[in-house]
Amino acid sequence: MDDYLSGFTALLVQYDVLGAFWTNIQLTFWGALLALVVGTVLAVMRISPLVSLDWAGTTYVNLVRNTPLTVIMTFLVLGVWTQLGVQLSSDFNLNFFILAVIGLGLYHAAFVCEAIRSGVNTVPVGQAEAARAIGLPFTAAARMIVLPQAFRGAVAPLGNTLIALLKNSTVAAAASVTGETAGTMKTMIEFQPNYIWEIFLTFAIGYVILVIPIGLATTWLSNRLAVKR
Amino acid sequence: MEKDAPALVELKGVNKHFGDLHVLQDVDLTVRKGEVLVVIGPSGSGKSTLCRAINRLETIDDGEIVIDGKPLPAEGRALARLRADVGMVFQSFNLFAHKTVLDNVTLGPRKVRGVPKKDAEEEALALLDRVGVKNQAHKMPAQLSGGQQQRVAIARALAMHPKVMLFDEPTSALDPEMVNEVLDAMVALAKEGMTMIVVTHEMGFARKAADRVVFMADGQIVEQADPDTFFTAPKSDRAKDFLSKILVH
Repeated sequence: MDDYLSGFTALLVQYDVLGAFWTNIQLTFWGALLALVVGTVLAVMRISPLVSLDWAGTTYVNLVRNTPLTVIMTFLVLGVWTQLGVQLSSDFNLNFFILAVIGLGLYHAAFVCEAIRSGVNTVPVGQAEAARAIGLPFTAAARMIVLPQAFRGAVAPLGNTLIALLKNSTVAAAASVTGETAGTMKTMIEFQPNYIWEIFLTFAIGYVILVIPIGLATTWLSNRLAVKR
Repeated sequence: MEKDAPALVELKGVNKHFGDLHVLQDVDLTVRKGEVLVVIGPSGSGKSTLCRAINRLETIDDGEIVIDGKPLPAEGRALARLRADVGMVFQSFNLFAHKTVLDNVTLGPRKVRGVPKKDAEEEALALLDRVGVKNQAHKMPAQLSGGQQQRVAIARALAMHPKVMLFDEPTSALDPEMVNEVLDAMVALAKEGMTMIVVTHEMGFARKAADRVVFMADGQIVEQADPDTFFTAPKSDRAKDFLSKILVH
């Protein structure tokens, strides 16, 4: 029994599990940042009175949201990097990391857009009318009146998107990102199949520990930031 | 209002449809500078649509709307500039829910007119004082009563120094005991010479402050007269019928 336990502990020393989680947290952070920026732009396009912008935003969301993330990641590596030769960093590993962040960001931007749109629906149309009535042009009315209230109404769905993004960051393995959780887990199981349950549970519990606080925080924030009407 | 005051708002042959419903039918209307116009009529008569069309919160199908000699622009910066000159007070107040009362009033002057923060706040406090809600300046709109919110909305519109003020049923969403505090603010404004177009069912306000009453039904202006003449001797059957329903209990 002692041998068995020390064998598993040795495994945790041999493979950098914490480092793997740290890689996924970094992927999630940068991916979420990109998704938030692109998703906000998409949401503004979709609520804009210009039909062409609305159309472009809708097309992006429908196309990207309905494409599997693995396909997008593989496309970025094999299509954009290998085929087109787009090199984002001279550092081999950093290059894949950036490609993975772009894939995660662009994919989840579609979901961020829809989360923000659901937030926009919580803002009464009278708010935008009052903004226009005092002479604010569309972009200023969106930026100062509608979006701040929409974000506050969209905290819960944005939190759900963030949780999905964190878990989906494991797909970065498909973009050849080294040292992240999915790849690390696979390697560990390959070389130590007698510890398969322990290895599996280590990663599963690791993600639960990361995800539960995000869920609690977004619920708390969502109540706290709700606009009183 | 001076007798020969120039026209400030002109509607010429304005038509508007909501699907099959012809809500505005060839509406012609001229409002002169300093005039207080009250628009009344049964619900669905198009009076709110008329009010909202004047700052293009509703588009029109054809016809022309001219404000202070300039045709209403279709969109963009020019429309935003024109809206800044037309104050609007809504039935449901529509105060910016995430901003304090003071920020509600200063937002337009600061962001549209470029007034420095300190000057904008000084004037906003004076306006809030004028409508009797200065002591609420640092609260959020949801903490105020309906009557207080509507008076803030009036101050917010006045802060833009509008040429004309539109009121779209400003007291319809209020509890009865709060109606008068809003009407008092409006009467005071009328006495100061503000050009006002007021969609309302408040006959007391019409009698006290209006220069002219316009009666609408089924998307048309059926009859117009000074308030005394209209309320005591309406000419059309539609107006007689309407008045008998709202005045007799």
